[in-house]
Amino acid sequence: MSDSNEPAEGTASRVFPKAPRAKLQAQLRAAILSALVLTLLTGCVFPLLLFAIGRPLFPRQSAGSLVTRGTAVIGSELIGQQFTRPEYFQSRPSAAGNGYDGTASGGTNLGPNNPKLRNGAADFAGIQQLAEEYRKRNGLAPDTPIPIDAVTRSGSGLDPDITPANAVLQIPRVARARGLTEEAVQRLVANHTKGPQFGFLGNPRVSVLELNLALDERR
Amino acid sequence: MRWLEYIVFLALVVGLALPVGLYLARVAQRRRTYLDPLLRPLESLLYRLLGVRPEEEMSAGVYIVCFLLFGAGCTIVLFLVLIFQRVLPGGPADVYLTTPLTLDLAGNTAVSFTTTTTWQAYAGENTLRYLAQLIGLVAQNFLAGAAGLAVGFAFIRGLARERSATIGNFWVDLVRSLLWVLLPLALIGSLVLVWQGVPLNMAPYTLAHTLEGGTETIAQGPVAALEFIKNLGTNGGGFFNANGAHPYANPTPFTNFLGMLAIAVLPASLMITFGHMTHRPRAGWTLLMVMVALFLVGLVVCDWAEAQAPPQLAGLHIIGGNMEGKEVRFGVGESVLTAIVTSNTSTGSYNSMHDSYQPLGVLPPLVFMLLGEVVFGGLGAGVYSIVMAALVGVFLGGLMVGRTPEYLGKKISFAETRWIALYALLTPLVVLVLTGIAVIATAGRAGLATNTGPHGFTEILFAYASSMANNGQAMAGLNANSVFYNMTTAIAILAGRFGLAALALALAGQFAAQRRLPITSGTFPSDTPTFGALVFGTILLVGALCFFPALALGPIVEFLRH
Repeated sequence: MSDSNEPAEGTASRVFPKAPRAKLQAQLRAAILSALVLTLLTGCVFPLLLFAIGRPLFPRQSAGSLVTRGTAVIGSELIGQQFTRPEYFQSRPSAAGNGYDGTASGGTNLGPNNPKLRNGAADFAGIQQLAEEYRKRNGLAPDTPIPIDAVTRSGSGLDPDITPANAVLQIPRVARARGLTEEAVQRLVANHTKGPQFGFLGNPRVSVLELNLALDERR
Repeated sequence: MRWLEYIVFLALVVGLALPVGLYLARVAQRRRTYLDPLLRPLESLLYRLLGVRPEEEMSAGVYIVCFLLFGAGCTIVLFLVLIFQRVLPGGPADVYLTTPLTLDLAGNTAVSFTTTTTWQAYAGENTLRYLAQLIGLVAQNFLAGAAGLAVGFAFIRGLARERSATIGNFWVDLVRSLLWVLLPLALIGSLVLVWQGVPLNMAPYTLAHTLEGGTETIAQGPVAALEFIKNLGTNGGGFFNANGAHPYANPTPFTNFLGMLAIAVLPASLMITFGHMTHRPRAGWTLLMVMVALFLVGLVVCDWAEAQAPPQLAGLHIIGGNMEGKEVRFGVGESVLTAIVTSNTSTGSYNSMHDSYQPLGVLPPLVFMLLGEVVFGGLGAGVYSIVMAALVGVFLGGLMVGRTPEYLGKKISFAETRWIALYALLTPLVVLVLTGIAVIATAGRAGLATNTGPHGFTEILFAYASSMANNGQAMAGLNANSVFYNMTTAIAILAGRFGLAALALALAGQFAAQRRLPITSGTFPSDTPTFGALVFGTILLVGALCFFPALALGPIVEFLRH
């Protein structure tokens, strides 16, 4: 494009007034100063302002919605944890670290057609194996339909919730292990089932930690 | 229920476009707003500090140079913050910072965050100090977003002005975008996030003693400071590795929905700003409707692919849509909505793992990035993305009827066509060449740590499409923290940010210098459903011509083979 300095007819050649002469030095100075000054404004002043307003307004949330029993922190109501004992409702399988590692969030990233996802590998339980284990643990017949959240790993590996259908299948096991009636456990599950937020956002869910805490408190 | 949410979302985006778009026009044109008494003094103070004369306008060339210099300055500041982050005080403790910030990783991250890409080859919770997240990343989420919005304003002025040698002052647009748009909205939005449960602290990682007597360490941090502006500035890089899937980053369906609105409303409203400032409001609405139509096509395909029971699990008696890599609180509905919104807008703040999507589920996000983020698009960048696509349509329409094409009274002759053609060719050129190199090179194939075959190819194509579109989302099975990927994705990021913006601004300069032609009976109208259909068809046609072979090797063959 050798003619790039000669604008085509009807364009810049007829323009008045001309643009002011650019002073590169002034622009360079503005670039350096703005990178520094605006970084201070948005990276220091903004967070300080946010902390000054947000922490007094929402002290519990800003500290991470931690759940304490006595003086000990037992977790966060937002972060899922691992449950293995029969008297507790169990969370979804997790790919965060070795399972529910709160410092290593993430999913499996296995493609849907990757054979490892269904069939597993030496150090990895596939969906088929997870489904068999789930049925065995809960005393279900081999052709009982299982809700998919019970045998898949979440994106964060820290999913605090399970679907109500998943909780319902675990009720008989939990009731037996605790010597409670199924109706009593069912009532607790119903009480701890959250519907879609504001009536239309997201899915119905049961927070596993909240439900298990409620079970413990019942004793 | 899913569809109710989709419809409410689109209704809100379109409904808010008019008031917000008119407000953005006031910001761009330096007219009075309700925030003036509070912000005018701060604005003048900043101009004095920076040595900027706000009345002084710039030609397109100078505007581009300032945009580049500012990007370079920010990249250097961020690079230094990242390199020296270990000397910063505060958490998290050194034992948790297991990913070393090598020079190539710091360079890639610096380039990525100063361009709204926020491609993350690292995991936040085991790489960065809290103060590096604040001073480094939060700041760049604001600045890169504001610089994009500034370029959007300048581009609109190019089409709005007649016989003008200038298209605005970059520093003024930058400062006003920050003060009048991003900072106030981010302050309110971040507080809403804290209310919903997003942490805002500098505490060490929490050691919890679980109900069963085990222990669990929970990452903490000033999460809320980043999580709203990452969406508002169409950046998308999260505080934690799992980004929007992490329950601390995105604790409720409402925080997710609010985040999606934060992403889409400003870019959609800019189409109204565009129509208002060019005095052709219907032209702005027409392009917005093209966006909505494309959005719906992608949403329907992705929803269909993800909501059905995964065919791969047939015979296992498992019921429900594809939940691998998805959170229960979002389900398929909010995951799909988020995949479409974030892939459309150069944001990439995914809340579910796209690598585990069905082949036809990952196709719409991938295609939207390859098409150049024309649907809503990046903050500011969306305006020129869709207008450039429309100009290709105008050019093709002009060829068909044998007239000199024009758009909004601006003639598209040789000088203009040159910029449009270069713009249209840059994305396929960069994405396809880099994908080709990565597939041939051993270092490129070494990234396929999780998946192989067509799915692995899709991961590589996705990585470069995402970098070029300044999107930043990944099919995270690709192991991208290597010198090869850190360097090559950085090239795509720079081309996508500065290459495309420079071409668009050069065109804006040409348009600003032109006179506006009067509307005659021979004018091809640019504000009718017919024109909308022409643009819609052109986008899909040009996209298919460029990328169908690559897509056929990736998601399409994976779909057909299984």
